[in-house]
Amino acid sequence: MVIKAEHINYIYGKGTAFEQHALKDVNLEIESGEFVGLIGHTGSGKSTLIQHLNGLLRATDGKLYYNGRNIYEEGYDMRALRSHVGLVFQYPEHQLFEIDVFTDVCFGPKNQGLNKEAAAKRAKEALTMVGLDESYYKRSPFELSGGQKRRVAIAGVLAMNPDVLILDEPTAGLDPKGRDEILDQIKRLHEERNMTIILVSHSMEDVARYVDRILVMNQGEKVFDDTPKEVFQHYKELEAMGLAAPEITYVVQTLKSHGVPIDTSITTIEEARDEIIRLLGK
Amino acid sequence: MLKDITLGQYYPVDSILHKLDPRTKLFGTMVFIISLFIANDIWAYVIATVFLAAAIKLSNVPLKFMVRGLKAIVFLLLISVSFNLFLTPGTAVVSLGFLKITKEGIIVAGFMGIRLIYLVVGSSIMTLTTTPNQLTDGLEKSLDFLNRFRVPVHEVSMMMSIALRFIPILVEETDKIMKAQMARGADFETGNLIQKAKNMIPLLVPLFISAFRRATDLAMAMEARCYRGGEGRTKMKPLKYGNQDRVTYLIYFLYLAIIIGLRILRVQSF
Repeated sequence: MVIKAEHINYIYGKGTAFEQHALKDVNLEIESGEFVGLIGHTGSGKSTLIQHLNGLLRATDGKLYYNGRNIYEEGYDMRALRSHVGLVFQYPEHQLFEIDVFTDVCFGPKNQGLNKEAAAKRAKEALTMVGLDESYYKRSPFELSGGQKRRVAIAGVLAMNPDVLILDEPTAGLDPKGRDEILDQIKRLHEERNMTIILVSHSMEDVARYVDRILVMNQGEKVFDDTPKEVFQHYKELEAMGLAAPEITYVVQTLKSHGVPIDTSITTIEEARDEIIRLLGK
Repeated sequence: MLKDITLGQYYPVDSILHKLDPRTKLFGTMVFIISLFIANDIWAYVIATVFLAAAIKLSNVPLKFMVRGLKAIVFLLLISVSFNLFLTPGTAVVSLGFLKITKEGIIVAGFMGIRLIYLVVGSSIMTLTTTPNQLTDGLEKSLDFLNRFRVPVHEVSMMMSIALRFIPILVEETDKIMKAQMARGADFETGNLIQKAKNMIPLLVPLFISAFRRATDLAMAMEARCYRGGEGRTKMKPLKYGNQDRVTYLIYFLYLAIIIGLRILRVQSF
């Protein structure tokens, strides 16, 4: 497995009135090439958790392994870890600072010690991946639209060529078109480059459509860790945590309670359509 | 990472000091600062220490938290203490070449150090026990009389309260941007001074942009709620002195009288 967390605990502001137990005994394993969704209510600890995965936060207690090595070991190269585990923060467009798009995307690879040509090559690849052509390269990142800015920022992390990509709500504040574009591009990265992806999201529809596995966080604890089908069976518990299952789960559950022999593990509209057609055809 | 900044930070617990009127606390801080400059005698400092210790105890804020604010002035403290230590003329105790430490120097430097530390701790008690809003309310009310001289007291205090309110927001923002850039391999710790300054660009540019963005948003939100300045504006919770404030003022005067008394006694005894 790529990432393994053992009994991770994290306490903010220990010993002050602001003390907050943000992570409570979190254990998890992420295999190479997985597409994992991380969901949870605001303040459930999901952002805190992902910052542990690339060493930006250090667990108060617990162990974290990357490719079998404990990252809290004396002398572990945290900067190298950060180029293997790419982290795209919420509203990543707020981190843009360079005079043009291309130079900004080059920032990461340059920090990795690549020369100008190699960094430029990476930047080009990354910008192509997020669907921005050469006409954007020399434009100021500040004159782009919100969705374009976000793509530039994601390219900035992709240019570092990470093995694991973590995205914290990459679609927050985007319109439906921008959202679908970004998610489709992430899906493509997963399929074509076999990149391990962790997607933090609020939207159950997005998660159900793209990921193979869901982690649910609630009040600093990991409560579910399973395939979307299994997790959404617990839609009542999810509701109690201030979350919800995809709309379609409610449709099939309601049909079921009215005596329709429908398969309740359905999580997407397409599956529901096929299932209903199958039932009607009988 | 940046959690060491205690200046202007409110510590939300319940205590007698938290309940006092902000004007009382402002006045008390002023009295304490004045007393530190009047005090020139070991007994005066003992009394100031007792006064400060009592305030810390009553505030229910952990001492650790106040001492953290001192980190910001370590450099200033070192400079002023060492200048006084080495440059005060008098009878030499130790001499290292052209430098000599005098007996008078040790005393002056010691008092200077204590004075600076007490100044910072004393004023952080006020900010730790008073929300920025209360603080500016208190200032506005206390400086009301300046309105007659056409000083825009309300506007100035509004600016101050916004500035204070923005400190934690900007600290948080800095932390966030710093982490985002660190995730892209930025390094804020190593390198020489010029290198370090250069490394700050990826932090400062986004920070300035976000500060301006927040400022425009705030201005818009204030206008949307018809803010037009202080004229004719009433308060939902006007400040009112209670019994505990009266008692506190009494303590202040007693304290100040003792400090002044000690100074007079000392002058006479020479």
